[in-house]
Amino acid sequence: MSAALTFWRSFAVNRGAVLGLAVMLGLVVLAVLADIAAPYSPIEQFRDSLLTPPVWQEGGTWHYPLGTDDVGRDILSRLIFGARLSLMIGLTVVTLALCLGTALGLTAAFAGGIVDVVIMRTMDVVLVFPSLLLAIVVVAILGPGLFNAMMAVAIVFLPGYTRLVRASALSELARDYVTATRSAGAGTLRLMFNTVLPNCAAPLIVQASLGFSGAILDAAALGFLGLGAQPPTPEWGTMLAGALQYYQRAWWVLTFPGLAILITVLAFNLLGDGLRDALDPKLKR
Amino acid sequence: MLRFLLRRVTLIIPTFIGVTLASFLLIHAVPGDPIEVRVGEHGIAPERLAILRHEFGLDQPLWKQFADYEVQVASGHLGASTVTHQPVWDEFLTLFPATVELSVCALIFALVIGLPLGVIAAVKRGTAFDYGLMGVSVTGASMPIFWWGLMMILVFSVSLGWTPVAGRIGDAFFVEPWSGFMLIDSWFSDDDGAFASAVSHLILPTIVLGTIPLATIARMTRSAMLEVLGDDFIRTARAKGLSPLRVVIVHALRNALIPVVTVIGLQVGALLGGAILTETIFAWPGVGHWLIEAIQRRDYPVLQGGTLLIAVLVMAVNLGVDVTYGFLNPRIRK
Repeated sequence: MSAALTFWRSFAVNRGAVLGLAVMLGLVVLAVLADIAAPYSPIEQFRDSLLTPPVWQEGGTWHYPLGTDDVGRDILSRLIFGARLSLMIGLTVVTLALCLGTALGLTAAFAGGIVDVVIMRTMDVVLVFPSLLLAIVVVAILGPGLFNAMMAVAIVFLPGYTRLVRASALSELARDYVTATRSAGAGTLRLMFNTVLPNCAAPLIVQASLGFSGAILDAAALGFLGLGAQPPTPEWGTMLAGALQYYQRAWWVLTFPGLAILITVLAFNLLGDGLRDALDPKLKR
Repeated sequence: MLRFLLRRVTLIIPTFIGVTLASFLLIHAVPGDPIEVRVGEHGIAPERLAILRHEFGLDQPLWKQFADYEVQVASGHLGASTVTHQPVWDEFLTLFPATVELSVCALIFALVIGLPLGVIAAVKRGTAFDYGLMGVSVTGASMPIFWWGLMMILVFSVSLGWTPVAGRIGDAFFVEPWSGFMLIDSWFSDDDGAFASAVSHLILPTIVLGTIPLATIARMTRSAMLEVLGDDFIRTARAKGLSPLRVVIVHALRNALIPVVTVIGLQVGALLGGAILTETIFAWPGVGHWLIEAIQRRDYPVLQGGTLLIAVLVMAVNLGVDVTYGFLNPRIRK
């Protein structure tokens, strides 16, 4: 039986994880096909249909299935384009934090000594700040905006990956196969990336999947506080911030973007939990 | 034990210096001159700027400035707000009890509900209750609490009119801020309805801030209980003929609590992060609300000092948790 099939068998046992995977794939399709799937442009304003309720409520129409906001933009279209943004945010933040964290963690593990101490103590300092507070401060320095918000969240996530890579690399370095490869004449870079790193992959994959949900949540929180993506960008957190002034009259402008965040974050968390159970040999039956 | 304590405390010194360095660099990383940043939007004449730069030591090399900053911080001088001109330290002290009150209530709410639910789920492992609770708890842990809070306001305050929308106490009441904790102050106030008003203002923020800790605690209690319930000493206790309730509560839960309590202690940072969002939504006059306002007003001394104080607080709590854990569990003292 192939390794992939073994993996799928132990992954598919967890129904929540399969559900998470399905939702995630659906979101990816929606994000890629946003131009076709969304009925309208996310920033087109229909001035004669301001604050139209969703279709099932009195006054709703099939033209705007989930209603419109205060300047007459179609909420469904904004949510669909928002999915594209959220996945992009998750991907960018996790890629950044993963690459930098891997480089720092491997360096700390291989170099040891003062280099190790400096890298890890720096990570300790980052960890002392509550993550949202640190992200807020970084954005306060860089200035608000989607790109800066992603940088800020990536910095917040960096220590997690660095610690993880360092710890798994250290435990792999003590193994015989590493010593064997080293005595066969492999250079440090080859040892780092070809020998040790693939064997640290399992926890990294789990962390990356959970990191996706964290990144989407934190970026949405920054958007909500007015520090992330700026209007009229259809980012879900930014949409919520825009709804603050009139949500008591129009529940739908508040409810749907939040549900979109919740469902997306939940899907990635379920997926991450499933991956951890399937990849962690300690839990394998 | 004393050596363990000393080592933990020494380890904190480099982190502390790193944290102060980070907050020192904050004011220098902001675009523009620190003095102009401090003065705010009013602007300043160039001659006056030069005098002030000298007074604040900004014409000194950076390392010298950092050394001066360390001395200032160590003696408790964190500068003054550019908006209110009050010392940052004083403002922090006035607002901090509100944040503590909210956080403590949220934590108690999470514990009182999360612990029993986790225990029941572990005992009834594999039942519909267990699956249902785990589904709810992973949903709770994924919750965007800024949205959750607004939904609660929409349902309970706007539609049903059960709870107030914002603040700590009704406008009709004036409570002498004696301890800074509204529950305590209003309890001792002469106004009859003050305490009830304070409680009703506290309910929604407590639930919102407590949601994620509640989900985490229920999940962790369940897994810790499952681990303990499989141990030999539980089988022995059962074989002795003890009542199932006694086995679960006295024998199993007591041992399952150690990892749960440790992780709760380490969640203080997350709780303070959540407090920023919760306080913003409910206009709760605490430290989180203060920091967000500082950003909007470009009040950098407040942002710098407030962030530093919170970081130091998290460090202190982490140290406390570490030491308590070492006290409870001799194995990690080494």
